[in-house]
Amino acid sequence: MENIDPSEITPRRLYLSRRQFIGSAGLTVASALALAACKGNVPATATGESTYTGPTTDELGASLTSYQDITHYNNYYEFSTNKEAVANLAADFPISPWSVEVSGLVSNPKTYTIEDLQKFQPETRVYRLRCVEAWSMVIPWIGFPLHRLLDDVQPTSEATYIEFTAILDPKDMPLQGSNLLEWPYAEGLRMDEAMHDLTIMVTGMYGGDLPKQDGAPLRLVVPWKYGFKGIKAIVKIKAVNYKPATTWMLAAPNEYGFYANVNPNVDHPRWSQATERRIGEIGRIKTLMFNGYGDQVASLYEGMDLTKNF
Amino acid sequence: MNYNNSFFKRWFPLLVHIACLLPIPILVYDGLTGNLTANPIRGSILRTGKIALELLILSLACTPLNNIFGFKPALKVRRALGDYAFLYVCLHFAIFVSLDFGFDFQLIYNELILPYALVGFIAGVLLIPLAVTSFSPWPKRLGKNWKRLHNLVYLINLLAAFHFILVVKQGVTEPYLWAILIVFLLFLRLPPIRRFLSGFFTHSE
Repeated sequence: MENIDPSEITPRRLYLSRRQFIGSAGLTVASALALAACKGNVPATATGESTYTGPTTDELGASLTSYQDITHYNNYYEFSTNKEAVANLAADFPISPWSVEVSGLVSNPKTYTIEDLQKFQPETRVYRLRCVEAWSMVIPWIGFPLHRLLDDVQPTSEATYIEFTAILDPKDMPLQGSNLLEWPYAEGLRMDEAMHDLTIMVTGMYGGDLPKQDGAPLRLVVPWKYGFKGIKAIVKIKAVNYKPATTWMLAAPNEYGFYANVNPNVDHPRWSQATERRIGEIGRIKTLMFNGYGDQVASLYEGMDLTKNF
Repeated sequence: MNYNNSFFKRWFPLLVHIACLLPIPILVYDGLTGNLTANPIRGSILRTGKIALELLILSLACTPLNNIFGFKPALKVRRALGDYAFLYVCLHFAIFVSLDFGFDFQLIYNELILPYALVGFIAGVLLIPLAVTSFSPWPKRLGKNWKRLHNLVYLINLLAAFHFILVVKQGVTEPYLWAILIVFLLFLRLPPIRRFLSGFFTHSE
């Protein structure tokens, strides 16, 4: 399997031609909006993200989404259904101390503190994040491949899926007091998806700590799947021999599937997935199969009907 | 209460016009200062759509306000509210076609055949004859049929709320609240309800 080198920098030509395309949308309002959207490209918060020195584009040449936008446009229903409101509401969410229990069909169950996870050597990985709502971002996560953690606990041969559970903390997460979704948030991956090198457990972003509104202290990122697979504030990881129930499948099984692979050819029942809006840019770009990671992951789904297994 | 004074005759309609136009400079200002969320195109589409829906609902509230509370000045601004709703529908659609889809008509067609877009599109198209005939000489020329035609606004309101319901993800309740308000306002128009309420309020006055 071919792995993407995350530090691989795009040819400048590609990057520039993309900029040019955006620039040619020469509507006055458009440029004004774009100008406004460009503010805050350099992260500037107390945790020192302004020292970020990693890659400035993804491997396709798309530039990073601004720190401001990544931290102020969040789908995090535990706090609010209003994406702009999450940052404030999550500000006092307690994330320390925090531990994550890794259990189930493993020969070596363990509970890790966030500090313990440092031994899995988190690194910066620039990934596209494609939300099921047809917008996307390019984010320099700091994370480690989940397979390093799984290798540490040794799943047994019966384990076929990994089940993730988020924290249940209705005191600090206002909407967990509602029946908006079934709490705590739950997600799952097939074992081969979980073991894939692109699948990462994220502890940081933009060279610094992971902001609370983006899922601190520990979240999952599976870049070829829709963003809702990236469960935030994880407290439990369990190796199991059944397909785990996932929160959005429970909420609307005809709209959200277990696989949730980014697929421009399979529309959401209520809207199109053929294009997406890149946050910070004007207009739309075509959505790529598997969010542009097809070379790495398409083989996982060979022979599967992706219309049925959406 | 007496509404037959210069405030309600002159200033009230003027204030309504100003209030209906004010969101446009605010939208431009927010666009220039980056206050339309990290997703300003969606932000401006949502905002113009919501203002259109609110104005449609306000126009629907005018008749019951007069029938039940005897608030006559509402009738004076009813047509203007509908026309401004149409203005915001036009802005809403124009942003969708230009900034969002960059005049790519293949993409726009693909989007328009989706239920949420189709419902909104139908509501918008139905609003066109209403907007056109709201100016003279149409009300006179159409006579009784003018009222019949303008009853379409009931359907348009319901379609607009349904359009909003179809775009939000599960769990977002706001569009349902608007829909309930519309159904309530339509309910107030049922003759027995209207009679009962107007009797009740005029009696207690």
